[in-house]
Amino acid sequence: MLSISNLHVGVDETPILSGIDLEVGPGEVHAIMGPNGSGKSTLAGALAGREGYETTEGSVTYDGEDLLAMAPEERAARGLFLAFQYPVEIPGVSNIYLLKSAVNAVRKHRGEEELDAMDLVSFIRDKMRLTGMDDQLLYRSVNEDFSGGEKKRNEMLQMAVLEPRLAILDETDSGLDIDALRTVADAVNQLRDGNRSFILITHYQRLLDYVVPDQVHVLYDGKIAKSGDANLPKELERTGYAWLTGSGEAEPESAAQEQ
Amino acid sequence: MAETTEPVSHYQQLYHDAESTLPGAGIDWVAERRRAAMARFAALGFPGARNEEWKYTSLRPIEKRDFALPKRAGHGLGAPDLAPYLFDEPATHRLVFVDGAFDADLSRIGQLPEGVTVQPLSTALEAGMESLAGHLGRYADPEGTPFVALNTALMSDGVFLHVPAGSTLEWPVHLLFVASEAIDGIGVHYRNVFVAGEGARITAIESFLGLGEATYWTNAVTEASAAQGAEIEVYKLQEEAPSAYHLATFEGYQGADSSVTHHNISLDGRLVRNDVNTALDAEGAYVSLNGLYLGDVRQHVDNHTRIEHLQPGCVSRELYKGILDGRSRGVFNGKVVVQPQAQQTDSDQQNRNLLLSRGAEVDPKPELEIFADDVSATHGATVGQLDEDALFFLRSRGLSQHQARNLLIFGFANEIIEAVKIEPIRARLEDRLVQRLPQSETEED
Ligand SMILES: Nc1ncnc2c1ncn2[C@@H]1O[C@H](COP(=O)(O)OP(=O)(O)O)[C@@H](O)[C@H]1O
Ligand SMILES: [Mg+2]
Repeated sequence: MLSISNLHVGVDETPILSGIDLEVGPGEVHAIMGPNGSGKSTLAGALAGREGYETTEGSVTYDGEDLLAMAPEERAARGLFLAFQYPVEIPGVSNIYLLKSAVNAVRKHRGEEELDAMDLVSFIRDKMRLTGMDDQLLYRSVNEDFSGGEKKRNEMLQMAVLEPRLAILDETDSGLDIDALRTVADAVNQLRDGNRSFILITHYQRLLDYVVPDQVHVLYDGKIAKSGDANLPKELERTGYAWLTGSGEAEPESAAQEQ
Repeated sequence: MAETTEPVSHYQQLYHDAESTLPGAGIDWVAERRRAAMARFAALGFPGARNEEWKYTSLRPIEKRDFALPKRAGHGLGAPDLAPYLFDEPATHRLVFVDGAFDADLSRIGQLPEGVTVQPLSTALEAGMESLAGHLGRYADPEGTPFVALNTALMSDGVFLHVPAGSTLEWPVHLLFVASEAIDGIGVHYRNVFVAGEGARITAIESFLGLGEATYWTNAVTEASAAQGAEIEVYKLQEEAPSAYHLATFEGYQGADSSVTHHNISLDGRLVRNDVNTALDAEGAYVSLNGLYLGDVRQHVDNHTRIEHLQPGCVSRELYKGILDGRSRGVFNGKVVVQPQAQQTDSDQQNRNLLLSRGAEVDPKPELEIFADDVSATHGATVGQLDEDALFFLRSRGLSQHQARNLLIFGFANEIIEAVKIEPIRARLEDRLVQRLPQSETEED
């Protein structure tokens, strides 16, 4: 469903991604790990259509179409979702209003009938159960004065109502306590089905204990330095990333399998 | 005395010609106040560029036009023309003024509680009402600014609203000042006097509405006095014609534990200047000033506010927000003065501006003058553009570029709109704002 081929992305003439290859099939869960600054968020942003990212080489196809040619809203309408590493605050716009607008914008884009206010609210409330979010957060401004955990749950709620086909979670698990982490994992697991795919960007093995990935990739310096199965994170936990910088420590062997 | 300039002599002539026919001409105190105010205006003249208070706002276009006084001619407007601008829920005491004069047919003052006065100012002046004499010009002093002086000399109508001690006016008073198609070349000088006695409550809506394309000048003055424990809430909604000049002064005067809330919503007009001032002259008084100003094309909108803390333990809150597009220009000047005896003053002022185009400009200027030492006075002024991260976030949730933009603009304004407690006004404001938002769906698609 997603095919990234030799992707090079730069910001302000500075190369950040330098040749990413990644295939994500329907229903697959891929984890992307890697040290800070390795380009994980840049990859996520490039896939979601953030402005200012220059593709200098390579391509991305989504359902066989050129993803990079699409506006961000078109990507959303076609089922691509990004949970932001740093959720954005929108003062003066209530959460419920955002959710309703998003659902209907996407429905409209897909040529589906827009839902009326009543149906929207019950639809959204249904999805809220999945995230364990407090009801009153619906009526507050988007992410304004939300705790870190509430912001992340809110991203999960947006994901749930938009019912994406490919969801990219950028460090949604960072900074969460174990309960909130469980909620994120549950949200993913409940949405997981034979067709819906996930890219989980994470620093920690914790999340991957709950959401078992099909493949794990280590991103370093704008490239995928290693790929493996669900055992790779455990190895990384042990070895750290020092082997990437060539400082002599052993590279994780047991789980590694070259693609 | 300054040399009499041409525009000044024009208004002297107007006054001279109209003196005997202006409302209250036969009442000595009215005639005397008009005469003194005219002399004062002649002495002050139009403020020039060197006047600090008018530094960013040139009045040349008004000076050049030599606006005439309203003619007593039919305006041809009927109830259906105004229907979209009226509020029936909640019920209001409605006074409609067209092109400078009260229109009884379009108005519906309704039942009033015992002792309460809600009268067209023209009627109150003609009657030389004692209760008016004690207040008119007391808070909005003609000695002060040229436009209060000119207004006092030439005031044609407005409202005298008096709620004595212990009374409450349950419904809002809705003042609708309409400029018809026929108002081209006219200057209207509306004067409102709101007096809330001890513990009394007043809610007033002042809508300024331009229905045509005429070029005219509104020079409005509202003075409001809140006695001990009284509450006054004013919603000023300015929707003049696109080529109109709108100058408006609000002067509040507050007693102990009184509360004044002023909402200043400025949506239209070619050149707009608001002066919103209040004096907190007894302990425990509270004032809240909310403002929202929109500018587009070549509009110029200037808001000057002055909060005077004269006595200890008063609280002032101020939030003004501007949204400027096209080649419009905004000015915000917020003065807070804390006099030496005004200890334990608690004051906060915020001015936030959103620039939507490269051609738009704003000059925010907070001015704090603090002469007491035990004071909490905070202020902030910001000028920014739409947040790119927020735009991307909304688009990543499926909203189109213009939907995302409009939602952010709306969110920015919403803080002021949410402070509007009267639901139909809020709804109308939301509506107007949505209409004013740049790039409608059809335009961009
Ligand atoms: N908008 C930007 N402008 C300039 N440099 C950027 C920008 N975004 C990311 N970078 C740089 O690109 C590199 C990768 O960043 P990022 O993708 O955020 O890494 P990660 O998410 O893996 O921590 C870092 O060196 C970062 O400083
Ligand atoms: Mg990151």
